[in-house]
Order: sequence, then C-alpha cells, then structure tokens
Amino acid sequence: MTSPARCRSLSCALLFAALALATLLCAGRASAQDISGALDQFTQGNYGATEAALGELAVSGSPAAAGIVQALADGKLVFSNALPRKVFIETDKGLLDPLTMQPVPDPGPVKPVRVNNRIRRAIEAASGTLSLTSPDAATRLSAAGAVLRTRDEAALPALEKALAKETDRHVKSAMTLARSAIVIGMDGVPPEERIKAIEVVGAEGNQDALAVLRGLPDNALPEVKEAAAKEIAGIQHSLAMWDVVQNVWYGLSLGSVLLLAAIGLAITFGVMGVINMAHGEMVMLGAYTTFVVQQAIRTYDPGLFDASLIIAIPLAFLFTGLIGVIIERTVIRFLYGRPLETLLATWGISLILQQAIRTIFGPTNREVGAPSWMSGSFDIGQLSITYGRLWIIIFAMLVFAALLAVLRLTRIGLEMRAVTQNRRMAASMGIRTNWVDAMTFGLGSGIAGMAGVALSQIDNVSPNLGQGYIIDSFLVVVFGGVGNLWGTLVGAMSLGVANKLLEPYAGAVLGKIALLVIIILFIQKRPRGLFALKGRSIEA
Amino acid sequence: MSDIETLAPETADAPAEGLGAAKTGLTEALLYLNGVTVTFDGFRALNELSFTVDPGEMRAIIGPNGAGKTTMMDVITGKTRPDKGDVYFNEGRTDLTKLDETEIVTLGIGRKFQKPTVFESHTVLDNLRLALKGQRAALANIFRKETAAERERIDEIFETIKLTEHRDRLGGNLSHGQKQWLEIGMLLAQDPKLLLVDEPVAGMTDAETAQTAELLREINANGHSVVVVEHDMTFVRDLGVRVLCLHEGSVLAEGTLDQVSANERVIEVYLGR
Amino acid sequence: MSTSDTRPPALLGTSGLIFIAVLVAAAILVPVLNLLTAPGSALHVPTYVVSLLGKYLTYALLALSVDLIWGYVGILSLGHGAFFALGGYAMGMYLMRQIGTRGVYGDPILPDFMVFLNWKELPWFWYGFDMFPFAAVMVVLAPGILALVFGWFAFRSRVTGVYLSIITQAMTFALLLAFFRNDMGFGGNNGLTDFKDILGFNIQADGTRATLFALSALALALGYVLCRYLVRSHFGKVLIAIRDAETRVRFTGYRAENYKLVAFVVSAALAGIAGALYVPQVGIINPSEFSPANSIEIIVWVAVGGRGTLVGAALGAVLVNYAKTYFTSGFLAPYWLFMLGGLFVAVTLFLPKGIVGTFYEWRDRRKAATGEADEPVAEPRPAE
Repeated sequence: MTSPARCRSLSCALLFAALALATLLCAGRASAQDISGALDQFTQGNYGATEAALGELAVSGSPAAAGIVQALADGKLVFSNALPRKVFIETDKGLLDPLTMQPVPDPGPVKPVRVNNRIRRAIEAASGTLSLTSPDAATRLSAAGAVLRTRDEAALPALEKALAKETDRHVKSAMTLARSAIVIGMDGVPPEERIKAIEVVGAEGNQDALAVLRGLPDNALPEVKEAAAKEIAGIQHSLAMWDVVQNVWYGLSLGSVLLLAAIGLAITFGVMGVINMAHGEMVMLGAYTTFVVQQAIRTYDPGLFDASLIIAIPLAFLFTGLIGVIIERTVIRFLYGRPLETLLATWGISLILQQAIRTIFGPTNREVGAPSWMSGSFDIGQLSITYGRLWIIIFAMLVFAALLAVLRLTRIGLEMRAVTQNRRMAASMGIRTNWVDAMTFGLGSGIAGMAGVALSQIDNVSPNLGQGYIIDSFLVVVFGGVGNLWGTLVGAMSLGVANKLLEPYAGAVLGKIALLVIIILFIQKRPRGLFALKGRSIEA
Repeated sequence: MSDIETLAPETADAPAEGLGAAKTGLTEALLYLNGVTVTFDGFRALNELSFTVDPGEMRAIIGPNGAGKTTMMDVITGKTRPDKGDVYFNEGRTDLTKLDETEIVTLGIGRKFQKPTVFESHTVLDNLRLALKGQRAALANIFRKETAAERERIDEIFETIKLTEHRDRLGGNLSHGQKQWLEIGMLLAQDPKLLLVDEPVAGMTDAETAQTAELLREINANGHSVVVVEHDMTFVRDLGVRVLCLHEGSVLAEGTLDQVSANERVIEVYLGR
Repeated sequence: MSTSDTRPPALLGTSGLIFIAVLVAAAILVPVLNLLTAPGSALHVPTYVVSLLGKYLTYALLALSVDLIWGYVGILSLGHGAFFALGGYAMGMYLMRQIGTRGVYGDPILPDFMVFLNWKELPWFWYGFDMFPFAAVMVVLAPGILALVFGWFAFRSRVTGVYLSIITQAMTFALLLAFFRNDMGFGGNNGLTDFKDILGFNIQADGTRATLFALSALALALGYVLCRYLVRSHFGKVLIAIRDAETRVRFTGYRAENYKLVAFVVSAALAGIAGALYVPQVGIINPSEFSPANSIEIIVWVAVGGRGTLVGAALGAVLVNYAKTYFTSGFLAPYWLFMLGGLFVAVTLFLPKGIVGTFYEWRDRRKAATGEADEPVAEPRPAE
C-alpha cells in the first residue's frame, strides 16, 4: 500500500510543527505527573517497556509528549546510567529535561534509548496519534490530511479515538474522510460500512477522494464497486466544473493583465487616435521603476520592502507620464492626422527606449521581488486563489475605475473629451488644446507605467518586456471598439478568458494562434469592434 | 440594417438581388422613395421620407442643417441602409436597398460629394479618364489601352466644364471652384442617368455660381436627371426647377421656389422672416 | 511638359533607366570581379561581399513589393516579412530535400530535424519539394494564396488604415508562433539550414554565389519593370486613386477591394520571390523572419528611400542595410538600435517623402520655376 519510509518522513515533518508548539506550551507549567511513569519505562532498556511507554505517551494528552516521541525517533532520547535513572533529551546545548525543556545539571554518562523496527512502527503510530490529538487545530488538520494520503490501517485506532474527541468542524470532516479512506481499502469491512465510507469520500469531491475511490480493492463486492463508480463519476463531473471555474479565474487574471496593458492605449489610441507603438515600452519603464524603487529600499531601508509596490505606483505613473509628455511634445504633435507616420515614429522611439534600458540595466532579466502580501494563496472549493493574481485583478479594476472617474468627473477629463470631439471648437472656447493633447498622452503613458508595476510581479523584467504586450494590447482595444473604455474592459476580459479556455484543448501556443486568427476574422466581420460607435460621425 | 424589412409586401417574392420588376406599373418615376426611415442611435435622420424624380427632371432640394439631405443621398447611393422604406430606380424595376455602392453607380447613379473630392495626385486628364464610362474590372484594366472614341469623349467633357487648359495640372492644385467643376465633369464622364449633386456652389464666387447653374442646366438638357442639394437661394432660382424642402427627415413643402418660399412652415424653420 | 495623350508614355523614366542600367552592370561586373580576378588584387570582390550584396538586392525586391502596396495603394502592411519568409521556407524545403543522405543522420528522405524528432514519414506538405519546378511554383503560390485569403477577407469588409496594419501584424505574429512549434514540421526554432547544393551546384561555391547574385539583380530589375508597368497602367491609376480617396473610387464604379486584392497578391508573390533568393545566399531560414519587428523594419527602408517611388524603396533597402552591416560590426554596435530608432523618427518628421521623393520634389519645383507645368508626384526620375 504505502511505503513506510515515505510515511515516516511525512509524519516527521508534521511532528516538527507539533514539537515547536509543544515546547512553547510546556515552557512554564509541566504536567510532570501525567507521564512520569511512562518516562520511567524508557529507562528500563527493553523494547517491550519502550513500546508500552510510547503507547502511554500517545494517549497522555501531555504537551511534552510529542517532543519526547520525536527525540526518540531521532535517537536523541537518552537516560543516565546513575541511579535514579532519568530520561533526558540530548541537544546541541546539552541535556534538557523532557518535561520542561530546561537545561539540567550534568547527570554523568548517558546512553540512548534503543530503537528497533518494532519500536519505529510504534513511534510512527504514536506521532500520528499525537498530532491527531494536538491542541492546535491546524496540526490536527494536516495530520488527518497525512493519514488520508497514506491510508495507513495502523492509524485507524488512533484516528477513531481522535475523531471521538474532535470538536472542530473542519478537522472533524477531514478525519471522517481519512477514516473512510482507510475503511474503503481495508480487508474484512462489512459492505454496508464500506459503501457508507465510499459516500463520505465521494462527498469530498476532490482529487484525493478520486484517488481513494480508485484504490478500491479488486475483490470488492459488485454493489460496493457500483457505489464507488457512481461516486467517481460524480466527482469527475464536479472536478470538470471546477476546472472550468479555475480556467475562467485564470482567464480573468490574464484579462486584467491585458486590461492593464491596454487601458493606457485605449486613451492614446482610442481617445486621441494616436498609434503609440512605444506603449509597451512605457509598461517596461514602469516595471524598471519598480526595480529601482526596490533597489533603493534594499539599500536604505529594507523594512519598507512590503510597501515597495505602493511607493512604485505613483512614481511609475509620474515618470512614464513625463516621458509620454516629452514624446508628445517632441514628436507626436507634428504627426497628428497621419496615423501611419505616427506608428513608424513611435516604433522608432520604442527601439530607442529599449536600447536605452539595455544600456543602463543590461540585457538580462532584473529581479523584482514580491512583497509578503502578494504571496500565498487560499482555497474556495477546489479553486486555489493566489494573492498575487487577486491583487492584480483588483488593481486593474481600480485603475479602470480611476480612469473613468478622471474622464467623467474632472475638468481635464471634460477638456480631453471636448478636444477629441471637436478640436477647433474646443480651441475657440479657450481650451489649450496643445496642453490637453500633452496631458492626455501623458495620462495614457502614465497608466501604462502603473501597469508595468503590476506586470513586474508576474513577468520577467527585461528590456523586451513591452514587446510581448503591444500586439495583444492593440487587439484588445480594436476588439473592444476604439474610443470606448467599457469596450476595452469587456475586450480584455473576454480575450483573457477565451485564451485560457482554449488552452486545455489546443495547448498554449496553438490556443494563442487560434485566438489571433479568431480576432483577425472578427475584425473583418466588425471592423469597428464590439462596441462600435454608430452614426454619421464615423463615416467622416 | 435588415434587408428584409425594407421589402414592401407586394415585393416579397422579388429575386434576392432586388432586380425584380415588382414596382413596375406603380411608378413611372426614375427614382422613387417611399416611407424611408433611417435612425442613428435613436436620432431619426430620415423620417418616412417620400418623393419621386421623373426621367429627365432636375430637382432642387433645400432645407436647414440636419434636415437629412446628405443622409438621403447616402441612402440612394447605398452608403447607408434604411431601417425601413422603399428606394426604387428605373421606373420601379430596381430595388436600390439591395445593392452596394458600386452596383448602384454601375446602374447609372452618380454622386458629387459636399466636399469636393477629386483624385489629388492625378492630373485633371487622368481624373476624367478614371471616371469615364467603361471597363471597371481590375485585371482587364492592367492591359487597357485608351481608344480614340474615349479621347474624343474626354475632349468634349473638357469643353463642357471649361478646364481644357488645365488638363495636365494635378487635381490637388486646382482652385476650389475648378475642383467642383472637375467633379461635375467626372460625373458626366460616368454618363449616369441620375446625378446627385451635393452643395455644388458652396464657397464659389457669384460668377462661378452662375456658371455652375448654367453647367447643370446644360447637363440636364442633355437628358440627365439631376438632384441638387443647395442652400444658395440665388443659385436655386437660377436653376429654375421644382423645389423640395426637407425638415427633420421628411418633406415639408414641394413646388416651385416661389410656392415653397411662401410656405409658412418653410419660412419658420428655414428661411426666416 | 505636355502630357502625350496620343503617344504612349514611356514605360521607364530616366531614373528607371539608370536603375536598370546599374542593376545590369552589377549583375555582370560583380561576378566578373569575383571570379576572374586574383584574390589579392585591388579589383577583387570577395565571395562574402558578393553574398552580402546579393542579400541587399533581395531586401530591395522585398522593399519594392512593400512600396507597391504602401506607396501606391496606401496599404501599410506590418506583416510583409511573412510573405518573404514563406517564399524562403519554400526554397529552404527544396534545399533540405537536396541534402539527401549527406545529413548527420544520413536518412535519404527525412531531413535531420525530422529524424531527430523520431518522425517516421515525410509529412504530406513536404511532398514535391524535391523537385525544383514544384518548389519554384510554391515560392510564389504559398505567399500568394495567403495574401489572397487574407486580403479577400480584409478588403471585402473594408478593414483599412491602422486596423489593417494591426491585423497584418497579428498575422505574422501568429505565423511566428506557429513556425516555432516543432510539430509544424518546419524545423521549429532552428528552422532549415546546412544546405548542400542547389540544382546540383554546390551552394558554397564561388560560381553559385556569383550566379545567385546575378539572379537577384535580374529579379529586382524584372520586379521593378513589373511594378512600374502596373502603376502606370489604368489599373495603377485606380490604385493611386484608392490611396487618395477610396470612397470616391467606389462611387466612380470601381470595386476598390478587387484592385487592392490584386495588388496585395502581386506584392506578396514578389516578397516570396525575394525570400526564395535570400535563403540560398544566407544559408538559413528560421521563424525569426516572421517576427513583427522585421516587418516594420522593411517599412523604414521604404520610408527612407521614398514611398511611392519604387526606385527609392530599393535604394532605401540597400542604404539602411549597408548602414546596419557597417554599424553592427564595429565599436558602434551597441548604438545601432539608437540609430535605427532615430532613423524612424527623423524620416517621418524631417523627410516624409524620403530621399528620392524629396529629390523629385526639388526637381519639380525647379521645373515649375522655369515655367514648366507640374506633373504627377509618382513619376520617377533619376536616382542614385
């Protein structure tokens, strides 16, 4: 069934956690009386007494028990030759009292409690039981999980004992599952009980449950097999559903990355009609801003590291926004009304920016770290949600909302819309159109820079970073409908989700190719995108 | 954009191309519009517009900005599809709502845009050569040679539009008025049954305006039907033809210029008191 | 100058004649100086220079094909590298099949990379490429058919301007991803290389190199004459009219989409021929030829030389690529991208008509000053 070696290493790992906790708890008040009898038995030097002592420890409920069992497993449990014989735990810092974990005066020569294979099995059983009855719910939960994975029949008695005492709902269900898993695979279980166990496992509905059900012995009765098959089908169905949910989630995550990359373009291309091929490089500059901020923090105040992204966001916005304004004032303003020329000139700018970054920072990837709040994950059902992805989605939505607010509610937003709709009229009403152009382009570039801060968390920060996004970004804006921010949002999300839903069938590269072809065909069908503006004005 | 909705019940079994003889007998008109409605995002550019143009007739259309004059031309030339209503050509034999721009041009409807659009990097001569009625297929035009008859026809048109001495200049280098004439000349070269002319005298001097009126009358006298959209009342009077006044996408008044000018509603919404 | 409506216009202008003369002279002189002079002599042209010049000429043909649609129809294709690469792959497949048992694995049928991937059979789309005539047809057909299908969809639904540029870029990007895949059967990442001979001649031999150079010069000359004929025909006048006022062209009764499609397909076929001549001279074809950056670079060649002048496009390709060779080999190498990027900006801002276009403008203005009438802009005159 399971290899003992693997089983041991697993329970050892679990024990370390228990040990640390136990040590903490017993530091002050030791329940010496409870287990002193068991400790004495270790000093007798015969295997029978040692095994009995282990059994006693396992059920003692003493916080020190786990530490003692672990010490025995490591060969660090020793006893003094001199009478009265006492047990100690050997450490780097000398001998410790097993109950208090405090150093003790030198008792003279010591020798280890001997261990053979029988004792090793007893140690395993004891440690499993100990963690199942650990005062810490998380430890109990992971111990139950370990039992579920190993499905060791030997753990059954301890498991049932722990189950009887368990009060935590989550831990209880995990233990029930583990117990059922053992029951399913065990010989000599009555069919009704086995079917009941199968149903309990089936209700769990995850990959582990599937593995347990598939581990049903071949000699099982037909009705048992049937019950298992039914549960397996149910689980597979639910897993397939969760798979779709997972892919949609990945798709939304990819979609928000696309949204971040494209939203600045929706301003410069969608609102101003300027084809900015250097847009990807604005994203890249934002990512390098993050890198520089983190370097500065590492040098001057490492404690601020968790805030590095928060600091980098406004800096990236201002820096890339400034670069954007410079580009607009020196190149693009001479090319209004000549979109293809703008495209070429900004492509040239993108080459220059890439090479500049390559010269300054070198051609290789730079390391941008993730703050602690970006790492880790949590589960919803079978769905694992990483904080990194979650924050990027939230950030993309915030940026989108902020942009909408700027365009709708602020003076500069009003002026931008006015200049877009009728430049001459806006100018004659006293709007400084040149200034509005520069600000609009700066805004689009600044947003790209903020996107770069987010993308530095999920992509390689190299001079080529922007190149990977430029085509996708344009497709998102065109697909969504030029000049329509909501179109960009829907475009980004639908492309992201479509990409991730295609991937399992076609593979990453073919899925991407298929999507490109679909978009090319879509643009043929609806050249103005999903949310096209209709009316006379577009004919002009 | 639905083509089906535009079918009147009695034309429901007409061929898909819309070239059936469904309206024959109902109308003798060259151009027949009935109940044409076009909406842009809720705004009614044309509202149940109906009128007809007889073969050989010249008709002037006036009306305030936004009355739907340009949209009407877009509908006739296939640039915009009506939401509902009938548009028939050739005594009701051809349903224009079923055809695209190029097919409609081939049928014999030529259009001059409000803003003069000539081919700016071609010579005046080449502009006329391109417009001249004849081969339109791409591959055949690779090996096309100009015939003597075509050269003669072009010389005639040059006489009519009085641009002979400018034939080798680039279209883009002409003055505004010359461009308007060149464009009318290009329409002539296409030899359409019906010319749609959108504001031909906007931005012209008085002398040029008078000349243009003369030119259009001459074209009409040669058997072409003409629809002119114009704001310039002097010019419309010079033309001396029946006038249609549009307002908010439908016909406000119809008749001679004097009758229309006397109409209370026309004075109110357009001419002013 | 009074336009001769009775006298048929000359096919080649002065600049065209000079251009053809230079090409013919090069096609004769360069091989002669390579093959018939002693390696040490001052007149000797080393073989690597012959191949380098040959490469420039194939780029010039590629630029010519882009100028045909960008300069005369206003279609800015950001994916023309794809047609070039397809022509190159067709030629590369022929060259691979010629290796035969001389490959590392010595398989008489399968190219090395297929043996390496444990393929047992030749994929169906490799059939026929052992025959040169078939490969030569595919050089034109493969890009031509892609252009036909792509253009048919795009032009019919009136995708124009920037939108068209973006989807052509997406097209070449999709092909880039596809050709990177080993499963596609085109050698994946490494592409096709280690060619041995072409039509029985050793591909490394000086004589073969010189011949390929001469053929490239000839192809460029013929390509030029073809484009020149096209743009001066009635067909070409419609193309220019489409560039300037597409709607007006439709209202004049022409099916603009058909004209664009013919021009696009011809252009793609020319690009394919350029690619086919390029591959044996550089000895490799790999997916990087599909990269969008490559396609955009072609545009700058045309812009530098002057769009809508044909001669200028070829001249621009040679000049920019000479500069690239010169600067990327010396101590200035790290700055090449600065220069290329600066070139993009400078040309669009300060030299929108390119070298040749600016020259024509200057000449026309001088003529106008001396009392002669103006004439069409797309009328090529002396270059070089």
